[in-house]
Amino acid sequence: MSPSQDDETRPAPDLVQLFSGFLTLGLLGFGGIAPWARHIIVERRNWLSESEYAQFIGIGQVLPGSNTVNAAILIGQRFHGAIGASIAVTALLIMPVLLVVVLALLYGRFAEISEVCAALAASAAAAAGLVIGTAIKMTVRLRLTPTAVAFGGAAFLASGLLNVPLLVTIGVLVPLGLVVKLWRRQ
Amino acid sequence: MTKDILVAIFGAFAPMSVLMFGGANSIIPELHRQVVDIHAWMSSEEFATLFAVAQAAPGPNILIVSLIGWQVAGLAGLLAATVAINAPHCLLTYFIGGIVAKAPTSGWVRALKEALVPITTGLILGSGVVMARAADHDLLALAISAATAGYVVFTSRNPLWALAVAALAGIARVHLLPL
Repeated sequence: MSPSQDDETRPAPDLVQLFSGFLTLGLLGFGGIAPWARHIIVERRNWLSESEYAQFIGIGQVLPGSNTVNAAILIGQRFHGAIGASIAVTALLIMPVLLVVVLALLYGRFAEISEVCAALAASAAAAAGLVIGTAIKMTVRLRLTPTAVAFGGAAFLASGLLNVPLLVTIGVLVPLGLVVKLWRRQ
Repeated sequence: MTKDILVAIFGAFAPMSVLMFGGANSIIPELHRQVVDIHAWMSSEEFATLFAVAQAAPGPNILIVSLIGWQVAGLAGLLAATVAINAPHCLLTYFIGGIVAKAPTSGWVRALKEALVPITTGLILGSGVVMARAADHDLLALAISAATAGYVVFTSRNPLWALAVAALAGIARVHLLPL
């Protein structure tokens, strides 16, 4: 990773700061971490410049996995190698994992109350709507080409309606999409 | 016995880790297929409930996998599931990310990124539909899903509001129309 483009000097965070930064991030990330990640890493902690951050997130997006978890790996790696990467990911995930278990235990204890059941069933319906809405919004904003719509439609049909294993869907569509992209560019 | 189930958990989730393009939301159909159809660890309704619990917690959406591990095999299951879904893609990012970071504008990477965009979107839509099929058993639930989708499309407000309103609607329904 090349050093930052701008002249501003940024002291590298030590392992404790790396841990506390990502711990905070994990706790704040209600309804998605991405907006908080930028706020903490770029503005509050000043670990990376805006463009470095965008680059890390971009790489995190191309690779499989949650892009924030991937960004934690890359940021930890950049400052402290393998130890930094492990510390950053552990810090990011530990509190959310504990909290979700606490929530599940509470649910287990109060599941007999019909209001709790009804509220959670309705939330599950809403959660499905959130995901559908997100996909629609992304599709509208991306202004996809007809070819892209075909690839998106195929991915949707295979995963959403036909119950095709993900390995097959991705194994077929991603190489095909890559070939089409590279071929068009020539 | 317990060891077998931990191996099964690991085997079910680890391959998904490196197929998780576009974040956790794209693997929900595969998760549902593995957990409900193949291993029969829980019913479709229980799956939908766990998803709702995971959504209510802060942090990345991938928590649903940890929660499934917990539900299936307690603390050991939680750890097996969490490591299985995170470690493979983290290792991949660690080793490939450093190389890619040095050549962020190379034609290959950009082509791959562009090719992944519509596929990811399609997978997320597929996830939403699989979840809706698991969660929507009556007209109210269907209406809540549709209204929430509309809320996301037409506003940029915090999604937690939609979950809160839906929960209240569910409670109100119990009192107004007892089944």
